[in-house]
Amino acid sequence: MANDENANEKPEASEGIPAPEGAANLIDTDYVIGQDNITASPMGVNLDLHGKVFVFSSIVVLFFVIITLALQDQVEPLFNATFSFLTGNMAWFFLLGANIFVLLSIVLIFTPLGKVRIGGMDAKPDFSYLGWFSMLFAAGMGIGLMYFGVSEPMGHYQSALGGIATENGIRTDWAPLGGAEGDEAGAIALGMAATIFHWGLHPWGIYAVVALSLAIFSFNKGLPLTMRSIFYPILGERVWGWPGHVIDILAVFATLFGLATSLGFGAQQATNGLNDLFGIPDNNVTMVLLVSSITVVAMGSIFLGVDKGVQQLSKINMGLAFILLTFVIIVGPTLMIATGFFENLFAYFAHLPALSMPFGREDVNFSQGWTAFYWAWWISWSPFVGMFIARVSRGRTVREFLIAVLLVPSTVSVLWMTAFGSAGIEQLLAGTFEGEADELFVMLAGLPLTEITSFIAITLVIVFFITSSDSGSLVIDSITAGGKVDAPKPQRLFWAIIEGAIAIALLLGGGLAALQAAVISTGLPFTLVLLAACYAIVKGLMSEPR
Amino acid sequence: MYHKIMVPIDLAHIELIEPTLETVADLAQHYDAEVCYVGITSSAPNSVARTPEQFTQKLDAFAQKRAGVHGQPVSTHTIVSPDPIADLDDDLIRAIKEVGADLVVMPTHPPKKLDVIMPSHGGKVATHTDVSVFLVRPRKV
Repeated sequence: MANDENANEKPEASEGIPAPEGAANLIDTDYVIGQDNITASPMGVNLDLHGKVFVFSSIVVLFFVIITLALQDQVEPLFNATFSFLTGNMAWFFLLGANIFVLLSIVLIFTPLGKVRIGGMDAKPDFSYLGWFSMLFAAGMGIGLMYFGVSEPMGHYQSALGGIATENGIRTDWAPLGGAEGDEAGAIALGMAATIFHWGLHPWGIYAVVALSLAIFSFNKGLPLTMRSIFYPILGERVWGWPGHVIDILAVFATLFGLATSLGFGAQQATNGLNDLFGIPDNNVTMVLLVSSITVVAMGSIFLGVDKGVQQLSKINMGLAFILLTFVIIVGPTLMIATGFFENLFAYFAHLPALSMPFGREDVNFSQGWTAFYWAWWISWSPFVGMFIARVSRGRTVREFLIAVLLVPSTVSVLWMTAFGSAGIEQLLAGTFEGEADELFVMLAGLPLTEITSFIAITLVIVFFITSSDSGSLVIDSITAGGKVDAPKPQRLFWAIIEGAIAIALLLGGGLAALQAAVISTGLPFTLVLLAACYAIVKGLMSEPR
Repeated sequence: MYHKIMVPIDLAHIELIEPTLETVADLAQHYDAEVCYVGITSSAPNSVARTPEQFTQKLDAFAQKRAGVHGQPVSTHTIVSPDPIADLDDDLIRAIKEVGADLVVMPTHPPKKLDVIMPSHGGKVATHTDVSVFLVRPRKV
């Protein structure tokens, strides 16, 4: 294996990087990954962190936690107003941006650029199809499908059935598009189309753009695996200075608070479910214990690494989700789901142009309160999910990647929403849908074997949280370590603990909703980041061998 | 007695493993053994190399330089991992079989309290392989 040509090369690690070789096309930069890092070993624990990004992220995080807890009444209206302004006045921008992301992703599948392989022409995939796909799904939206699978189709169905209401020429109803007053079949079709719209191509297009640009610039261009690398084609070497630091700090903010607030809300809902099921008291102690246990298990999973930790958990969850889905399809309204799958898919494509129209919308409540809210939400999650997807996607071709990240999950979302939504709507039509718990649990209560299925559902929710906390910690650690994916392990554990601690502080002190509004507000700057990513993807792929 | 000595090395911290490299040189000469330098790299760019191919080049160059020091035959083995920090121990244990080594010489840190929850890599490798393992502590100052 020894190579004579290299015998004269200076071997020291600190030397400059040799000229690019092989089938990938590296970017020529003098930046050495980790050059701005500080290393220390306090109390025997090794640390390797990007000085500025780590310090400023920590200050920003601490600042927001303190002001949210201390000045809750003052900051809550402020955060909420920012958020309302964005989804209200900037709705067109989110809608337009998301359309661009989806179109680019679809176009790339069919162009010769789709042949480019992530990691160079000879790269081999790190994970099997099953493991890879399970991780994509668990990171992307696992938890959301649990909470919105029943409630969203039912909500849209009911508002569509209720039809249009106007006051002073402005629509006050929440129906999608023109609604379907009094038309049961039409309302189901419209409601399902609207739901699939929010969980189909658009969210996955958003994730695909971030993940693909990061993967190309890291694995093919040799830049560190961190958000700022996307900006290299635009900012050049300046990306290693403050413009890059700001992008990375913003990504840490969105990921950390995104995880902490949803962990907090998740704990509230899971406690609610446990109370319904086992009579476990629905109080702060239970919630704190739940968040703590999730954090401890997540730490165990982080300890085991991507392969043995998050991949195995994601596979388990995939299995559980499949069992639950199959159960609902067989025991629920099988025929309605089977025919509904194709009808809903058809309805989705039929309504897609109108639903995704950024301008001149009359259904203001729906397009701003639902669609723009969702888009801002997905986009604020995109640094986290995108970075994680990028990390596990080396060795796939661009075409394979886009089909797996865009088309396959969208199809699964259609099936999931059809099954859970139809089961809920059928019970609603039959007048048997009643209960005070989360809609998912009410729907499951209307089917046989409630104890078992509800238990599976709660387990799914909890394991999805564990995988989120796990993959989120990996992502934050990589960003705060200047793009190093091989920084010391205790740093990853540190971020998992911080997430849990923030979730608990906000659960007890209040302010979860306010901070979540602040997180979703990061969707606006990240839409700009994603638009830059679109440019970067095309530019990056054009210079790759294929 | 030994034919092939496997030496896991960290190209990012070459200065720290000098005692190990000296030990290996002496042992290799004594037993007239081949030395196989094993390096593990993340599939994502890292501080040593921006691609796994670059890493292999650097590892080869390093091995050649060591061959110049001890005069014994050398070889290299690159392990590419998506998560090298977590997979290191398992990957090294697997590599012992793959390269066919009958002795492993590797650096380790002095015992510390944290070892209870995070065992040293050397300790972990030694407990999971049937070949001999020589753990080299840092030089005492």
